[in-house]
Amino acid sequence: MAIIPKKHEMPTQAPEKRAHNFDEVALGYTPEIAVAEAQRCLNCKNQPCVKGCPVNIHIPDFISRIKESDFEGAYQEISKSSSLPAVCGRVCPQEAQCESKCTLGVKFEPVGIGRLERFVADWHNEHANEAPTVPASNGHRVAIVGSGPSGLTCAGDLAKKGYKVTVYEALHTAGGVLVYGIPEFRLPKTIVAKEVETLKAYGVDVEPNVVIGKTLTIDELFDMGYEAVFVGSGAGLPNFMGIPGESLKGVYSANEFLTRSNLMKSYRQDSDTPIMKGGNVAVVGGGNVAMDAARTALRLGADHVYIVYRRSMEELPARREEVEHAEEEGIIFKLLCNPVEILGYENPDDKRDPKNGFVTGIKCIKMELGEPDERGRRRPVPVEGSELVLDVDTVIMSIGTSPNPLIKSTTKGLEVNAKGGIIVNESGLTSREGVYAGGDAVTGAATVISAMGAGKLAAKSIDEYLSKKPE
Amino acid sequence: MYQIVTKKVLNPTVTQMEIAAPLVANKAKPGQFIILRVDEDGERIPLTIAGADKSNGTVKIIFQIVGATTEKLGHKEAGEYLQDFVGPLGVATHTDGIKKVCIVGGGVGCAIAMPVAQEFHALGAEVTSIIGFRNRDLVILEDEFKACSDRMFLMTDDGSYGRHGNVCVPLTELLKDGETFDMIITIGPLIMMKFVVEVARPFGIPVTASMNPIMIDGTGMCGGCRLTLNQDGKKVTKFACVDGPDFNGYEIDFDEAMSRGRMYSDFEHRAHEKTCNLFRKA
Repeated sequence: MAIIPKKHEMPTQAPEKRAHNFDEVALGYTPEIAVAEAQRCLNCKNQPCVKGCPVNIHIPDFISRIKESDFEGAYQEISKSSSLPAVCGRVCPQEAQCESKCTLGVKFEPVGIGRLERFVADWHNEHANEAPTVPASNGHRVAIVGSGPSGLTCAGDLAKKGYKVTVYEALHTAGGVLVYGIPEFRLPKTIVAKEVETLKAYGVDVEPNVVIGKTLTIDELFDMGYEAVFVGSGAGLPNFMGIPGESLKGVYSANEFLTRSNLMKSYRQDSDTPIMKGGNVAVVGGGNVAMDAARTALRLGADHVYIVYRRSMEELPARREEVEHAEEEGIIFKLLCNPVEILGYENPDDKRDPKNGFVTGIKCIKMELGEPDERGRRRPVPVEGSELVLDVDTVIMSIGTSPNPLIKSTTKGLEVNAKGGIIVNESGLTSREGVYAGGDAVTGAATVISAMGAGKLAAKSIDEYLSKKPE
Repeated sequence: MYQIVTKKVLNPTVTQMEIAAPLVANKAKPGQFIILRVDEDGERIPLTIAGADKSNGTVKIIFQIVGATTEKLGHKEAGEYLQDFVGPLGVATHTDGIKKVCIVGGGVGCAIAMPVAQEFHALGAEVTSIIGFRNRDLVILEDEFKACSDRMFLMTDDGSYGRHGNVCVPLTELLKDGETFDMIITIGPLIMMKFVVEVARPFGIPVTASMNPIMIDGTGMCGGCRLTLNQDGKKVTKFACVDGPDFNGYEIDFDEAMSRGRMYSDFEHRAHEKTCNLFRKA
């Protein structure tokens, strides 16, 4: 049989339609497309794709089941390694992981592993209603701090081994960045809720509205009888540039803008939480979060949305697919462009003018790429006299985060690095016995799947630690 | 879900509730705050803790009805439940080394000032309280302040009760008479706190102001509560939820904070109207 050189295309909502709604952009494979795509897998012996997966999903095994139209079997294969397949199938950067190692990819396009994973997980969520077999309890209790991707993964892996796991979440809904950060059109919240329900069915308790470091401390968790703690508290305070005008009304951090829209549902007309809608919007930064913020602003009714990024398209760190989607939808990329000031309205004759203090524009300077820096990326340098002003009503700063101080400041003996990230060894153990950590709280802002990988590693280490620990 | 154990209407716009939240009650200290949601899909609003009872596991909140969410909250009765209630958040008011303190509260801010005054009183500090209200009908917590203050000044803007004038009047008199304090702690409208700082400035008395900006998560994630401090000529961004809510009054950019506080006033006004209409129909 001849090899089909390209991946089967993912059906998507048309750009002109989806730019005005919050429904999911990618619609998913049909069973027919899934089987056809699975047949592209060569089932090669050395399985390089598995090594490319941070949680080492047995990829050729689940794809073989799809070939046989045994979709539930395929799901069971994936769930041996991953607790959140419907999430990963949507938000993992597969092109840089499993798919980048695919043997077929040497000559042709790699197998659409991510699309197949998503198909299998969605099929399961739609068709399977059998409760999972809850393993017998081993009597050990573990507390997880944070219900984002690292915490949920760690919880899932431990629960499947018979641990009694409690997940503490600071917000009112479980999911962490999956619910407050990633927008509905990329990851529907019903999917996250479903994955959390699956974990609960395995016996995991989720306690919302508990801020570890405030409501309870790590030491108190041990006093309460937990024998190990995993800290997956995520990224922290948003960074700002330190330029004039960042406190004007209409300037948001990406975290705040996305939290208002995603977690607090201010994209809906009936939400009690306000958000600035319409007008022109500038998003500063070039990561996936910046793409999410820009595309959210567009869907909220903005006339023009700009991505302002100081390097060129080549260095832009967001996933290619997200950039392409954004461009198709009409997001305007202002590359080699760096903000120097945010401008605001000020009526000199009327101090009570309600428009006072609102953003009117963002002043930027053009950049050119100079010598490479220590990481090999060419350093952007300003072009003198090239200032320009974009007329905007809203500015969204999406330039990263700094670690949250709450846990560090209330946990004696927990060591952090110069940037405030929790220090862990190769097994995910912190400087405190029985305390493990992973995800953005350790690495600073990174991807969902790398956080899941860290949660998985910590679960393995916690299992080894508690199995050896004398009673 | 978190049960409303007691409810007491303090004046036409200010209500007090005790909420069953044992974990929060166990840790709550004066100056800290909570975040609540009245119902599913509701907005998250921060409210400063007005007291806590560890043995009963309840946390006291006092709020003024100013918008849609506080309107909805005001319609809840004892025995009913709140969707979410999380805390205690923020850093507690610093009390170390303060033997003589002046507490300056304005309006509903007095509800937050009260536990701070009580804490200092319990620690054996000399407490002077200056509390101000717009008029007689809006006076709250008079007896509570009397009980924990060595002296108390009650002011109304229109002179309908207590002394005529704002809180700066007795503060200016005291300082001009040579009175000194280890710390002035002020809690109330931003404009009032700004003027308290100006009154204290010539006398070089330290001022702590309790800030109450717009917030969402309250745990140091969104950055919506940021404010600017001027520290040694440098502008520094701080987050009220994790660095505050108390800040050095001399460093706070009050004008910016006032402007930011009005970001959604249009939306809030419309939302409040809509909510009021709903309750009228019902």
